Amino acid sequence: MAPKSQQGKSLGGRKKPKTVRNKETLSVSEAEPMNMENMGHPEIYPLLLTTKTQEIFNCRVNEDFTDEQPYKLIKKEDFFADFHKRAAVSDFYPFKKIIQEYPEDELLLVYDKDFKYGFNFYLIGTEEGKENYLNPPAVSEEQEEQKELKEHAAEDILIYKPPVSKPWVSLGSEKEIAEESVKEPTKQITYMISRKRSAFGAPIQFSDQNASSVKDAYIECTAYPDKNFTIKQLEKDVGMQAVPQVKGTSTQTRWTYPKNAAVQYYPREFLEKEKETLGQSKPFTDFLNNASVSVEIALQQNEIMNTFIDDWKCLAEEEGTFGDKTDTHLKEFQSFTDLHSLMETMITCVSWHPDIYGLIAVSVAVRLSLEDRVYFSSKLLLQPSLILFWSFSDPIHPQLMLESPDDIFCFKFCPTNPNIIAGGCINGQIVIWDITAHVDRIENIKTGGNRSKKPILKPMFLLEPDSNKEAMYIRHCAVSSIENGHKKVITDIHWLPDTFEINRIGSVFENRSELCCQLVTCSADCTICFWDIRPQKTLTPQPAEKKKEETIEIPFDVPTTFLHLDLTWKPLYKIKLSKGETTLDHCPTKISLCEDHLYKAQDKLLAQNKVIKPEENPYQNLESGLANVLKPIDDFCTKFFVGTEEGEVIYTDWKLERDPETGRLMTKKPVNLCTVHDGAVHTVQRSPFYKDIILTIGGWNMAIWKEGVTTGPLLQSSCAPKRYTSGHWSLTRPSVFYIGREDGYIDIWDLLEKTHEPAQSQNICITMITSIKPWAFSTKQQFIAVADYYGTLHILEIPWTLRRPSANEASSVSHYFEREVKHLEYVEQRKKIREQHKKEMDLETEKIKLKTYQKSKEQLEAELQMDYESYLELEKTILLNLGLIKMTDRMSLIDVE
Amino acid sequence: MAEVEETLKRIQSHKGVIGTMVVNAEGIPIRTTLDNSTTVQYAGLLHQLTMKAKSTVRDIDPQNDLTFLRIRSKKHEIMVAPDKEYLLIVIQNPCE
Repeated sequence: MAPKSQQGKSLGGRKKPKTVRNKETLSVSEAEPMNMENMGHPEIYPLLLTTKTQEIFNCRVNEDFTDEQPYKLIKKEDFFADFHKRAAVSDFYPFKKIIQEYPEDELLLVYDKDFKYGFNFYLIGTEEGKENYLNPPAVSEEQEEQKELKEHAAEDILIYKPPVSKPWVSLGSEKEIAEESVKEPTKQITYMISRKRSAFGAPIQFSDQNASSVKDAYIECTAYPDKNFTIKQLEKDVGMQAVPQVKGTSTQTRWTYPKNAAVQYYPREFLEKEKETLGQSKPFTDFLNNASVSVEIALQQNEIMNTFIDDWKCLAEEEGTFGDKTDTHLKEFQSFTDLHSLMETMITCVSWHPDIYGLIAVSVAVRLSLEDRVYFSSKLLLQPSLILFWSFSDPIHPQLMLESPDDIFCFKFCPTNPNIIAGGCINGQIVIWDITAHVDRIENIKTGGNRSKKPILKPMFLLEPDSNKEAMYIRHCAVSSIENGHKKVITDIHWLPDTFEINRIGSVFENRSELCCQLVTCSADCTICFWDIRPQKTLTPQPAEKKKEETIEIPFDVPTTFLHLDLTWKPLYKIKLSKGETTLDHCPTKISLCEDHLYKAQDKLLAQNKVIKPEENPYQNLESGLANVLKPIDDFCTKFFVGTEEGEVIYTDWKLERDPETGRLMTKKPVNLCTVHDGAVHTVQRSPFYKDIILTIGGWNMAIWKEGVTTGPLLQSSCAPKRYTSGHWSLTRPSVFYIGREDGYIDIWDLLEKTHEPAQSQNICITMITSIKPWAFSTKQQFIAVADYYGTLHILEIPWTLRRPSANEASSVSHYFEREVKHLEYVEQRKKIREQHKKEMDLETEKIKLKTYQKSKEQLEAELQMDYESYLELEKTILLNLGLIKMTDRMSLIDVE
Repeated sequence: MAEVEETLKRIQSHKGVIGTMVVNAEGIPIRTTLDNSTTVQYAGLLHQLTMKAKSTVRDIDPQNDLTFLRIRSKKHEIMVAPDKEYLLIVIQNPCE
């Protein structure tokens, strides 16, 4: 019961394991009281005292127990009395046995305020424990308590045996101890020093003594340099700073600064009168007479012979070139064909790029007659008309492709700005391209950036998709107005040189802008038009309808340089080549103006003189040129040569003249007209060396003209076996020109060698040659581009013999032309003389005839008689000589007469 | 006088002669066939050169004197006939 109540009361403050233990202990033996053996105090019996018990024993919690004395000694008899009274109910009942066995009379009951042992009281069951508790220290008390508890425990469970001393078994620990302990290694020596007692405490006297004087007074340990410890320093880090000795000084000088000084002077001169008087004076005449003698001798000497000629120099030709000097054939260099076109094409016009080496532009047209064009018009619309840019570095892919609305028959690079190209279409429109944006594409081709250095031989079908160089289609910038321009195919187009420009009535003004801004075209509708690429100030305001029509969207990548011209471009000035009263007009095929810029572009000195600003493109700001008031150029030759389709060569003027009858301005009649050729004239070209020598080729022959000589050509060749289809002067040799034939041969004419037939003839291709254009890149390399009817462009290299002019060639050729001119004049004169002569002859014969008619019949008879008689005489003499009649007969006959 | 003109004309008509001029002792042109600026330039320069040449010849040999001066250049030959008071200058292109 008591344990139960204990349990119940102590549940709140007890830990669980203890309760388990408690149960266990209880289960083991109910009778045993719990003690604190498990805590080491077997003599301590914790117990719980109820309040009643506390009252009985006068151990009330707060009254009887204090902090200083939390215990009470209770007599045994009290316990027994309690046992008797309350028996099992007593709190002490479980401890009855302990109390009975307790030797002493008083037991110690301690108040456990802190519940140290689990309950609020505990009983100390042994005497020793009591003693320990009552008498401090707590340790010893605890030990005693422990001992008591242990004793009790031993009695209960085990018999506590005190340890029996055994002999010590060495487990190795003494070694460790020995190691750890500090021992004196050696035995300490003890000295005992003694002295007489009287010596202690005696007064002491100190004196000085030189240590060295007394022997062995000192022992020194001299220092000596031990070689083991000498280290020779081999390296030494030394820092140095070189400091210039600078001294600052200053001086003041007189500043001489340059001043612009100018002196204006004029030479001393005599007045006219003075000159006269001096001239008349005697000393002057004397001097002149004397001096002129020696001067004339000197002059004559010079005329006789040039004594300062270096014969060696004249003998030598120019520096030798590689290759055979006797080789006179044009060597094939490269050829280009457009492989992408759908229909068969031919090349209509070829032009080299003026600046870039190895770039040549070719205009391609479809090889169809007019009927076929109409028939295939739908198919033709699909195929764009192109100008292809070929480069030496890539024979398969064209570098650029310029698109045009229709087939181009002629085109030209602008001489001052090679990025602008003007072309004439088959439908009469002029097309302008501006390739400034794509210049870097074509400029870098020679460096071959895209070309791999290893010769990779790939089949063509593999090359196509791999090539990253796609030729770009460049749309045209502007086209001319269809209504106002030409009506038929444009046969020739030229840029006017930048030295002059033309206004609306054909008068010539100087060109201040130094740009080529005007074009001249001729077309098959018998007109020659002058165009200006600058925006024109319109005199009449355009109607609004037209403006609406013309707002066409232009693709974004087309430069707007010529936007003002697109579809509204009208010619500045038009000339009609009329034949007079007849309705048939001359149909011009080619024109040649007085200055052709093609050759000037090759002159590098001129190009250097022109300062071209790379940032500004003067063509962007063309309007600025219009505002200038220009000075008209007088004495400008406005005449030019025109070749027509009928084979005539016309020398006419583009300036208008006032018709005396009607007062209107009309075109002048041609100055000169000659029908020389049998077919259409396709080449009218001035010689690059002589400004007034023109070569015309057409039909089956060619002719050379001189400007100003109106009687006829200087040279006209005989009919060739094959038709001539194209031609060009040589650029470096004044006497050489090339003519292409319709069977693919090139005839090379050399005027100094032969003038009746070509000097050389060479086969280039199998079909008609449509265009020849030579180009000189350097003195050592000259090419000629030959375009044929099948669309292939051949580039040939001109050999040394054909490009190197011989010594004095220019002068020889000019002499030749002069001779020819004189010959023509002579012929003219002879014609006149002969006419005159003929006239005279006619007159004479007339006179004679008249005379014969005037003679009368009698006179006739008399004359007849005279004749008869003379005849008889003759007969006689003959017969006499023959001996047929005798002398006597003769005599008689004579007498009769 | 006609004689003077005739002589000058004769000289001028020689083959290759570009110009003729007569200059006084101070270098002022008297008669010329060229334009004024060229004449003045030639006169001034050649006058000085002739003086120099004359003094050179005289320095070398005091008894000697300059009779004729011919300057040959790449393009033409200049002939100078000096006198006490006047200078006759002729420019000729010797080779064709």
